[in-house]
Amino acid sequence: MDVIAPLIVIAVLTLVVLLVSAPLRGGASARAEERDELRRADLEAARESKYREIRDAELDFRTGKLSEADWRRLDRELRSEAIEILRGLDELPPSPTGVPAKD
Amino acid sequence: MAVVGRACLILAFATCLYGMVAALYGARAHRPDWAESGRRAVYAVAVLASVAFLVLELAFLRSDFSFAVVTSHSSTTTEWFYRAAAAWSSQEGSLLLWLWLLSMWSSLVLFLTRRRLRDVVPYASAVLLGFGAFFSGLLVFAASPFDVLATVPKEGVGLNPLLRHPSMMIHPPMLYSGYTLFAVPFAFAVGALVVRRVDAEWIGATRRFALAAWVFLGVGILLGARWSYSELGWGGYWAWDPVENASLLPWLTGTAFIHSLMIQEKRGMLKVWNASLILATGTLAILGTFLVRSGILDSIHAFGASTLGIPFVSLIALMIAGSMALVVSRRDTLRSEQSIDSMLSREAIFLFNNLVLVAMAFVVFFWTFLPLITEALGNKVSVGPPVYNQYIVPLALMLVLLSGIGPVAAWRRTTLKTVRRNFVWPIGAALATVVVLLAAGVTQSPPSILMFAFAALVIAVTVQEFARGVGARRAMAGENHATAAVTLVRRNRRRYGGYIVHVGMALLFVGVAASSAFQHAHDVVLKPGQTTKVGDYQVRYVRPTSDIGTRAGSLEKISFGAVLDVRKDGKHFATLRPSKAYFPSQDQGDLGAVGRFFEGEATSEVGMKASLRRDLWTAMSPDISKMRPIIDKGDKAFASIDGKVPPAMQAQLLGQAITGLVQRYRTQPPPANFRMLSSPLVAWIWIGGLVVFAGGLIALWPAGDPAMRRVRGRYAARVARELGRA
Repeated sequence: MDVIAPLIVIAVLTLVVLLVSAPLRGGASARAEERDELRRADLEAARESKYREIRDAELDFRTGKLSEADWRRLDRELRSEAIEILRGLDELPPSPTGVPAKD
Repeated sequence: MAVVGRACLILAFATCLYGMVAALYGARAHRPDWAESGRRAVYAVAVLASVAFLVLELAFLRSDFSFAVVTSHSSTTTEWFYRAAAAWSSQEGSLLLWLWLLSMWSSLVLFLTRRRLRDVVPYASAVLLGFGAFFSGLLVFAASPFDVLATVPKEGVGLNPLLRHPSMMIHPPMLYSGYTLFAVPFAFAVGALVVRRVDAEWIGATRRFALAAWVFLGVGILLGARWSYSELGWGGYWAWDPVENASLLPWLTGTAFIHSLMIQEKRGMLKVWNASLILATGTLAILGTFLVRSGILDSIHAFGASTLGIPFVSLIALMIAGSMALVVSRRDTLRSEQSIDSMLSREAIFLFNNLVLVAMAFVVFFWTFLPLITEALGNKVSVGPPVYNQYIVPLALMLVLLSGIGPVAAWRRTTLKTVRRNFVWPIGAALATVVVLLAAGVTQSPPSILMFAFAALVIAVTVQEFARGVGARRAMAGENHATAAVTLVRRNRRRYGGYIVHVGMALLFVGVAASSAFQHAHDVVLKPGQTTKVGDYQVRYVRPTSDIGTRAGSLEKISFGAVLDVRKDGKHFATLRPSKAYFPSQDQGDLGAVGRFFEGEATSEVGMKASLRRDLWTAMSPDISKMRPIIDKGDKAFASIDGKVPPAMQAQLLGQAITGLVQRYRTQPPPANFRMLSSPLVAWIWIGGLVVFAGGLIALWPAGDPAMRRVRGRYAARVARELGRA
């Protein structure tokens, strides 16, 4: 026990130091690529959120909480916003891994 | 191994401080590597807190009495599952639980947002690490769970008998999960305000955490109520006790937040309101933790005696001041993008709902703290449940009514046509409920009748929404009823999970209203053979019971009880066996050898016959004063032989004396005080809670990964295709 406890503490301390210092030891990263990947993740989240809104609006209309006129107007607005998001995604360079970034 | 635990806490404290600095530097200097290091510091704290918590748990499970907290809160005779839970029955262990849960939830949210909100996340990390530094600092400098004893005793004091109940095992982890999960949206709100990125993105990233916090905190509150009902012997589940209120406050404001954030997501409104609500909720969660642990609610004078008082008050003051400064300084950015178009819109209904919830929180806050404030001013004023109920009952009625109206109100404005279409059948259900109740002679309590009617409205609205949703799904996708129902819920978990939660809350309020307004209570003193009446039931005290409880060969408790025969309309209905258990005092002072069994903790074992319609509940308390002469005689006899006989013989003689006392209780029982309650629909409180939990889980359940669609062609067609019918 006298030997084990300090060994455990040293092992945990080493793990902590390695974990928090890893980004600082990584050297100059491909920052532009990372920025693009972060932007892609944000846009994909926004896209899924927008699709959810579009589906929600349709369900509201079909369950009587939106008039048809209001629904069509809202649907147009939301689809326009979705198009802008897709434009933003298309403007990004292709993902280096070949698949969109996921959270 | 205590040194490992202590070292981990010191490392956790240092890592929190480092992480805060790294995250903030990374944010201010636009150095993503430092911001990432700050984020990883949260993971590191999770590892350190996990090791520390594991060390403490193992110490309890192994009954390692070198740990002071293990000695004071456990024993070798405590069942292993209660030993595991005993870790958080102590102040030190509960603070470590808080730190561990905070680090786990923080790690989860930072992992899930590792590629998003890169401007907000460093500040959120710093806030979460700030909480971590606070709690780890307390554990290092003020309340260490790893203090060791110079002399290791062979046995511990044991777990408080009142806490030996399944509900009490998981009540604290549930409450603390709620508190720590609320820290996540709090931290992200601070981060969003700092960088002025106050659109709905930070809400989208943390919404599930707010909902999870609400679910866990609600379950924790209900478990406490269940424990109170079945263990404390007074027959109630909620007493507006300050400790209960401390957990209810963040739950009320959290409920308001998870509703109003939908308005911000949909219409860009209520930004100031949402930011203020979640900042208040996070502050109330810390306040709740402080109130329970400081003893200040018993008396303000306990504040000075508590080592935690000043640090907690300082943190709370910092949170309040910081929150106000942020909201005021960002008020221009927080302006709503749109305004409420109509008072009959869903936005307006949600806002009314929020106002009711905040009003409830204010009422609870005011009456909870009034005794503290008046005591500080020299004239303590205390209030009881009738004062709370005077304000809370009408607000609760409004809340249930609004939860029925909100789901069917239209966004922007509800036309007369929408009202006719959406409200006819639910209002009909509510009116029918009133007619049925009045026809059945239920007229005594108008508020309760209203509550039943509003609950019927809520349930009818939910059934209608499910039916229409299934109809819409069938029209859109051509599915059969069952498939449409499953797909409907699966694709709209948040909406339909929320509807199920509303039904659960309606059932819960029905149970509360019925059991409060139509309860028959009877306090009576009975001797064996005597009969009394409670409600429609005749109760006869058949005979006394008594028992000695032992554990691992040692005398653990003495139980005195009764067998009660319950009849209704002349027929046997139930047999109830209430009892009271007496645990010996651990005080080694001048208590007598026999008498000390009646100077320690006493617990009530309730006799209950529960059903969906009604609970018949009883607790008893024997008149021990009638047995005092024989107890005093025994104490004198043992005092006279103390030191004159070997300890083993003294223990044997004590066993014989206690056995004789217990037999005497059966043959010459003193009168016993009985509290008897006949309460309708109590079971629906717990059923409603389960339904709320199920609905919350459905709303929380993550959707599957979005299909990775290959996009081609024109954008509009692409959107249509991607929306598709998949």
